[in-house]
Amino acid sequence: MDPTDVSDPRYYHKVVDCQWACPAHTNVPAYIRLIAQGRYSESYLLNRASNVFPGVLGRTCDRPCEPACRRDRIDEKPVAICRLKRVAADLRDDITEHLPKAPAEKNGKRVALIGAGPASLTVANDLLPLGYSVTIFEKNHKPGGLMRINIPSFRLPAQVLDDECGYIINMGAEMRYGTNVTSLAAVLDEGFDAVFVGSGAPKGKDLEIPGRHDDPAHVHIGIDWLANVHFEHIKKIEPRVIIIGVGNTAMDCCRSAKRLGATDVKVVARRGRKHFKASPWELEDAEEELVEIIENHAPKRMVVENGTLVGMEFDVLEWTEDAAGKQTSTVLRTEIIPCDAVILAIGQDNAFPWIERDLGIEFNKWDMPVVDSETHQSTNPKVFLGGDAAWGPKNIIWAVAHGHEAAISIDLHCQGRPVTDRPPQGMNLLSMKNGLHSWAYDNGFDASGRQVMRHEELTKRFRDLQTEVELGFTPEQVATEVSRCLNCDIQTSFNAPKCIECDACIDVCPTACLTITKPQATEAELRKHLTVPAVNMDQDIYHSDPLPQTERLMVKDEDVCLHCGLCAERCPTAAWDMQLFDLLQPKAGASCHEEVPATV
Amino acid sequence: MTSIAKPVVAHPRLKTNALGLTLRDYEGGMSTLCAGCGHDSVTAAIVQATWELGIEPHRAAKMSGIGCSSKTTAYFLKQSHGFNSVHGRMPSVSSGAAAANRGLSVIGISGDGDSLSIGLGQLSHAIRRNVNMIYILENNGVYGLTKGQFSASADIGSKLKKGEVNEQPPIDPVLLALSVGATFVGRSFSGDKRQLVPIIKAAISHRGLALVDVISPCVTFNNHEGSTKSYKYTRDHDVEAVEADYIPVCEPIEITGLSNGSSNGNGHATNGHADGRPANGDGDLRVVQLHDGGTVRLRSTDPSYDPTDRANAYQHISGCQSRGEIATGLLFVDESSRSMHDVLKTTSTPLVDLGHEDLCPGSAALEKLMGRFC
Repeated sequence: MDPTDVSDPRYYHKVVDCQWACPAHTNVPAYIRLIAQGRYSESYLLNRASNVFPGVLGRTCDRPCEPACRRDRIDEKPVAICRLKRVAADLRDDITEHLPKAPAEKNGKRVALIGAGPASLTVANDLLPLGYSVTIFEKNHKPGGLMRINIPSFRLPAQVLDDECGYIINMGAEMRYGTNVTSLAAVLDEGFDAVFVGSGAPKGKDLEIPGRHDDPAHVHIGIDWLANVHFEHIKKIEPRVIIIGVGNTAMDCCRSAKRLGATDVKVVARRGRKHFKASPWELEDAEEELVEIIENHAPKRMVVENGTLVGMEFDVLEWTEDAAGKQTSTVLRTEIIPCDAVILAIGQDNAFPWIERDLGIEFNKWDMPVVDSETHQSTNPKVFLGGDAAWGPKNIIWAVAHGHEAAISIDLHCQGRPVTDRPPQGMNLLSMKNGLHSWAYDNGFDASGRQVMRHEELTKRFRDLQTEVELGFTPEQVATEVSRCLNCDIQTSFNAPKCIECDACIDVCPTACLTITKPQATEAELRKHLTVPAVNMDQDIYHSDPLPQTERLMVKDEDVCLHCGLCAERCPTAAWDMQLFDLLQPKAGASCHEEVPATV
Repeated sequence: MTSIAKPVVAHPRLKTNALGLTLRDYEGGMSTLCAGCGHDSVTAAIVQATWELGIEPHRAAKMSGIGCSSKTTAYFLKQSHGFNSVHGRMPSVSSGAAAANRGLSVIGISGDGDSLSIGLGQLSHAIRRNVNMIYILENNGVYGLTKGQFSASADIGSKLKKGEVNEQPPIDPVLLALSVGATFVGRSFSGDKRQLVPIIKAAISHRGLALVDVISPCVTFNNHEGSTKSYKYTRDHDVEAVEADYIPVCEPIEITGLSNGSSNGNGHATNGHADGRPANGDGDLRVVQLHDGGTVRLRSTDPSYDPTDRANAYQHISGCQSRGEIATGLLFVDESSRSMHDVLKTTSTPLVDLGHEDLCPGSAALEKLMGRFC
């Protein structure tokens, strides 16, 4: 077995579970430490470097980081990463002077972005400082895309969105508001060097069941209805509302309905709770607002009497699972649930009727453009796609990640280099040792539980659509929550030639991560020979070069390491050290034009 | 010292023992010894052994004297009794504790200074009395607390950090113990828990005094080139004379690879005899039944070595010594001899459980006793 190659940035990156799980690879532990130190503006700017909407995402992110959080594996609940992000955004000073700026002299290249949503705005954010002329086509009169028209204000205040879109647009993007692009050929004819399609997945799915079109005024498509609510075309809804679907759009629909006069709101799902697509916290928030969630009901027909919707009929299902995990349902009975309106929130599709089929853009069997998963380039080298437009609905943080990658491709393309010639990831490692028993980070373990977000009182929530429900953490909650972070980016770095095999690190490790053992033929075999066998295959194990005295190996199971640094404190020869890992993410710009070596 | 206490959180899949306790429940306070001290590994071995044996923490007494080694009783079994005595006097206090309560597992921790200089007489007589205790001698060849002068266990020719060479002969605690009648003698190395933990388990289960000499390097004052008690020197010169495997009374065992291997169905090893005679012609394997019903399986690496024969053991170990080898393992065991309780006829009921009448027989009994001196 070869020793673990820690010179590959991916090894230590993977140890930082939150950063690894985040599509944009936001440096979570570092920004949490800055919050702990009260350096909110710096925290915000660090966040913004990879995730350009900290204020928006601090309220609305789907949080892939939190289920990944190491704290979840050693304690009951993950660090409230998302809401700490909001703390930095809420408490920052005016940071405008620290934002990237577009140079006075342009580089002569023109890029069109279609749609002013998170993907396009991220591309603009990365290209404007490089001297690109960026033109954004937006059918509405304000930027933000789905973030503005589909996320209700009680979750995301407009001001937060205005500020963060403004940071980008004010660098000098040319905004063509109110421009619904109906022809990509026309855009290309304007002579742009590249076009980025970030137009989202704007088509809500319909449900073709009997009665669907018998009272169309009372049956709504979820995302269209939310948009109409946003534009105040819809200001009220009937008392009894059924929402079909249990994704996050359904959650926004049911909670918006409560604010527009509905008193009896039911969300109806075909399957059981563990299959729901909505984030658990959004389900909790909806239930807190007395929305009823009904499982295992499949829509059968809409009951319309005398031209008026009076209810919906459902098959009540029972699900069974076979040995292979395949689920089958049997109908137990049918049931009619009375209602006055139905909102269909069962998914979204992309739709590209405006992309001509003779532009060199290949479409696949689902009539979607073929897009390279790494470069975001279509088969027309000038046209790039990202966000929901590329591969269907995901969430905002994915759109941001796509934007960064697409910006690299667009930059390479405009500079005449192959888009596959992508700059590598790099890393810096910096010892955190301050003194004999002193580290440049707080290595203590705080056993506190996850802090619970304060919510506006139920009685005050429904007076309008703008009253924000989440009130943010109190200063005391912030202080506690930041100290729950385990600083997984402060890596345990081992130097085998220095080890005298005294066992001190193994004896002191609180979570039994370390073992000195004989080499095994395979890593799978090695996993069985550890102090506590390493059964979590998602987590790597580190194994060193042979140790000098006995040729055994130092092995570390990364699974539940607390990064407390006790191994390094008890090491008499400093074979263990705690080192700050800083992932150097490639960005569009200078790094594309010269190689960045991996610095170790 | 460390900058923080050991975090309370443990590995979520940490096993529990028969009492439902995890290894972490057998730990003590944070060590204040030097980073890399061998004594901390001995502490970890004691934690492991007592956890595996399922010792109830309130039924253990941690006894010590003065020195780096004697500090370590604070670092394990935080819920147990303890007595930190005068320099070299741990054996006397332990004798009293053992006499007062047979139900206690008495764990004495000492060092080469505490045992072989100021406490040499105490150690010898505790061995002679066969006090029911485990006596761990954490042996590093120097006085660590007073900045690293040679101790009585330093080998001839061993060098201090600044080059001074020891010219006086060492006291070998293993040979000393054998010569004054020890009934259980082991030697191990702090850097080899695979060997040390079973020895400690067997030693705790032994009836009488079990002396375990542990080479435990002083990482600060005696871990350099020229030292004969360094990690490297010990690893290079360690010769495992007897491999010991402790098998508790209830745990089923699988014996494989032995021509005479068998199991009698209820988990007791049957190959070999309780008195330690080799089983059915297997010259290497001896099985000794301990007083708690557990057994210890001994396998000599040299077929001529019999760890149940005192004279043979003495000869073998001193032979190793003359060749510059450090003989380790469970070097001698005699489970047939009488312990202090048998000789002194100590009460089988702990004093704490005896009623006032038993503890204080009254004036008539006193007068009868006094009458003998008239």
